[in-house]
Amino acid sequence: MSDKASLIQQPAPLTDIALQREIAGLLVRALNLETLPQDIDPAAPLYGEGLGLDSIDILEVALLVSKQYGIQLRADASENQQTFRSLRHLSEYIAAHRTK
Amino acid sequence: MDTIALLSHSTPTAIVAYRAGIPVTAQQFLCDAKRLTESLPAGEHVLNVCADRYRFTVGLAACLITGRVSLLPSTHTPEVIGQLAAFAPDAFCLTDDAHCDIGLPQHYYSEGPGQPDAAAAWSVPQIPVQQLAAIVFTSGSTGTPLPYRKTWGRLAGCVRDGAPRLGLLDGRSHTLIGTVPAQHMYGFESTVLLALVSGNAFSAERPFYPADVAAAMSAVPRPRALITTPVHLRALLTSAVQLPSVDLIVSATAPLEQDLAREVEMKFHTTLLEIYGSTETGQIAMRRAAQSAAWRLWPGVRLQVAGDQVFAHGGHVEQLTPMCDVIELLDDEEFLLHGRLADLVNVAGKRSSFGYLNTQLNAIPGVVDGVFFLRETGGGATGVARLGAVVVAPTLSVAALTEQLRQRIDPVFLPRPLIMVERLPRNATGKLPQQALQSLASTHLQMNEST
Repeated sequence: MSDKASLIQQPAPLTDIALQREIAGLLVRALNLETLPQDIDPAAPLYGEGLGLDSIDILEVALLVSKQYGIQLRADASENQQTFRSLRHLSEYIAAHRTK
Repeated sequence: MDTIALLSHSTPTAIVAYRAGIPVTAQQFLCDAKRLTESLPAGEHVLNVCADRYRFTVGLAACLITGRVSLLPSTHTPEVIGQLAAFAPDAFCLTDDAHCDIGLPQHYYSEGPGQPDAAAAWSVPQIPVQQLAAIVFTSGSTGTPLPYRKTWGRLAGCVRDGAPRLGLLDGRSHTLIGTVPAQHMYGFESTVLLALVSGNAFSAERPFYPADVAAAMSAVPRPRALITTPVHLRALLTSAVQLPSVDLIVSATAPLEQDLAREVEMKFHTTLLEIYGSTETGQIAMRRAAQSAAWRLWPGVRLQVAGDQVFAHGGHVEQLTPMCDVIELLDDEEFLLHGRLADLVNVAGKRSSFGYLNTQLNAIPGVVDGVFFLRETGGGATGVARLGAVVVAPTLSVAALTEQLRQRIDPVFLPRPLIMVERLPRNATGKLPQQALQSLASTHLQMNEST
């Protein structure tokens, strides 16, 4: 990878991390998780083994996301797994689609 | 020999299903089922896990035509799949997921040409009412799932008796859109069987988010009925998504509060009917919660009190079957529900018992003592109350124990919080007062919040 490419791919780190933190806090509060927001590994799966969320949790999160960021999530089962693959994926999805 | 037709659509061009909005005729459906019968492996017992409702229903039809038995366990954890394999060593899994990890021999569902054989005669298979069609499992209370054998006559008779009360036999072609999976008893009865037996259509999709529900409904013509649960209804009410016109909403798995039922009817300008039933009996009663707290029994079905237990019998129920809820009889045909019997747990339509969950927990190597309990607070926008557990397991971490539990019990029952203690707050008689467990849980959660 050239230096130029890596420069282009650099995200605006502060905003991203802030949003990621915010969403982590949302997850912990809404779902009564025992993890602290800052302890959620941004790359770990949210479903199943990682954070241990199931489909009811995902629906719960989806409602909060629509309220807070103005996004109506749409998905068949496989895309759904993709959006909720990790905290990072979810944050990126929200950053790209938020209307508020 | 008494029979009930596999489907009661009267012409080959009647619509059985919509796949992504595209209608599938009865003729096409029967062709797809017949084609599948020719490729199924030899086993007589089938675990049909097809996520696409159309494929599931084609699989079911192929099983009925060839005399195979569909297995409907309450969950697909490795523990339960192992028990299924022991119960029916010839069982195989019919799947439409290329990455299916269920530990049974797998048969992958492949799509056919999508055009019915023009030369094929229109002939609907007649299925004997005595034919064993499905075995449905409850989790039991001892650690082994309990099988309930369902003949085609009982399954089809049950939904056939309910169809006129839902207003689905008015000569129009209704489409049923389900947020519940075909493999859950309610979804099995109220989307798959109901469409077949009442001559109506179902949507192959299983929409999840409110926006998906709206899209799946928009993709099919009216009249349409939404077959759903309190969890999804709460989500639809909370969400800003606009639903297209809906002619009927059906809810089951847990009773709705009257206020919520009224809100649903007002917001969506429709009638909301609730169905009550159980894995053992199938569907046995209905009510319009916005208007009445009382449930009305299916034609021919009766309830009977013996001691402190209520039994159902008659109609499609046939033999005396104990009910798992606290029931107050009003008269021969009506009753009130007053919650679950103490040992039973229902989380979002998944049923288990504390007996079963505690047996599974205590069977894990390293667990010295442990109990599950129902959390009294929480529930969020979907209103689903979760379980917690208090465990003595000095050699195990919370993560390791959770991983062990995941192998054994359905994820909706995984304890949150899972509290590790040195010993359980048992009283002098060895019992665990609910209050002691609840206060342990709230102290634990408060400690977490303040750190």
